[in-house]
Amino acid sequence: MNATHHAVVVTGIGATTPLGGDSTSTWSNMVAGQSGVSRLEQDWATELPVRIAAQIAVEPTTLIPRPQARKLDRSGQFALVAAREAWADAGFSGRAGEAVVADDGSSPLPLVDPDRLGVAIASGIGGVTTLLDQYDVLREKGARRVSPHTVPMLMPNSPSANVGLEVNARAGVHTPVSACASGSEAIGYGIEMIRTGRADVVVAGGTEAAIHPLPIAAFGNMMAMSKDNDNPQGASRPYDTARNGFVLGEGAGVIVLESAEHAARRGARVYAEAVGQGISADSHHITQPEPSGRGIAHALQNLLDGSDLKPAEIVHVNAHATSTPQGDVAELKALRKVFGDDVDHMAVSATKSMTGHLLGGAGGVESVCTVLALHQRLAPPTINIENLDPEADADVVLDKARALPEGRIAALNNSFGFGGHNIVLAFRTV
Amino acid sequence: MAATKEEIIEGLAEIVNEIAGIPAEDVQEEKSFTDDLDVDSLSMVEVVVAAEERFSVKIPDDDVKNLKTVGDATQYILSHQG
Repeated sequence: MNATHHAVVVTGIGATTPLGGDSTSTWSNMVAGQSGVSRLEQDWATELPVRIAAQIAVEPTTLIPRPQARKLDRSGQFALVAAREAWADAGFSGRAGEAVVADDGSSPLPLVDPDRLGVAIASGIGGVTTLLDQYDVLREKGARRVSPHTVPMLMPNSPSANVGLEVNARAGVHTPVSACASGSEAIGYGIEMIRTGRADVVVAGGTEAAIHPLPIAAFGNMMAMSKDNDNPQGASRPYDTARNGFVLGEGAGVIVLESAEHAARRGARVYAEAVGQGISADSHHITQPEPSGRGIAHALQNLLDGSDLKPAEIVHVNAHATSTPQGDVAELKALRKVFGDDVDHMAVSATKSMTGHLLGGAGGVESVCTVLALHQRLAPPTINIENLDPEADADVVLDKARALPEGRIAALNNSFGFGGHNIVLAFRTV
Repeated sequence: MAATKEEIIEGLAEIVNEIAGIPAEDVQEEKSFTDDLDVDSLSMVEVVVAAEERFSVKIPDDDVKNLKTVGDATQYILSHQG
């Protein structure tokens, strides 16, 4: 590694998910093995082949004032809720560079220079509900009635840009889009911004709000989703022999990345080190995973080659595992290919069994969970496995959360997306 | 039936409250949409479209830029309503 590269740490976390309105409730419900999946009771769902989803636990409109909420796509609302939690959790308040007067009248110095603050938040699909709702307005009420906020709401960079406006980020605001890998790619981008010296602090994560009849019909017709409409809580079951597709989820997860020097200088609490990332592309098929896990293995190898991470340190993997027949196993094959016998000491958790698949939000939420797993030394369970697939050649954490070892330990968060995008992120205790 | 000046101000106050969250009683004739009522250029388009519907009036885009205050809009609607 180049000596001028900066070490990166995680100093704040935030989430709003089907399991809870913040990271604390999400984590406690996850550790308890709760499912966030329920029936879609909306009228529009009655004719759909899929009538289950993991819907948000706390509606963002109960937290964001109406004048602001109505200018944000639902994915932007989720991102703002998660980013606000992460920002406050990192010990920041108000906009960077602007003096804040505390309740006791004191006015502390700005904690971060806005020119050194970045944002990298992405979604897989962007403001799809805004686009479709406004198309309905166009057809039913005419062009004049289409909201002038439509474009800034639906553009995929809208959540990132709105969080940037909120915290006063001027080092760069980014949205790397790679379908279901988007959230992790955004966090990886944030890590690089700090490693290479472009920023001291980056608010990074993923968000998605696609529970709408059109995406559900489309994913359903791809045969990608579980149609277990009579068993919503048991429908998402990664690694079970009878798994039959993912369950769509919604929400956001955001972390605050910070250079280790900057965090130490301000005495910030550090959850974990963000060790690095490995990236690759399958170049195999637009939607099918490469069945041998070759592309994923390439990403894992790139992670090892580009960082000082040792396979012996890795004790936990938050798997991508969406509950599809092919993908779940290909990921485990890749782990075995690169890590060999070291896979045996990695507690593998498929948290989508509880949250559903948040698409571009998944990498954000699962990074929050991976960081918390290290910080709490606890691997969350994988629920709904009645018969573990014999091809699942790894130590899958089943019904109960499992304690992780003492000492310096590391964990991976894997995310893969349609298009053949593979992103693996590594975190480590400090 | 054409709306009176008071009815127009009251209607604009409800619209601005809905769009910008400003209390209706703060929406008064001399108030500037941008400077006082937190209505930016995009939200102003929403205010205009809502006013057109409520008062059966057409406000062409070229005229919108002249409507700086609640009073400007009220006068415009008074003299153009159908």
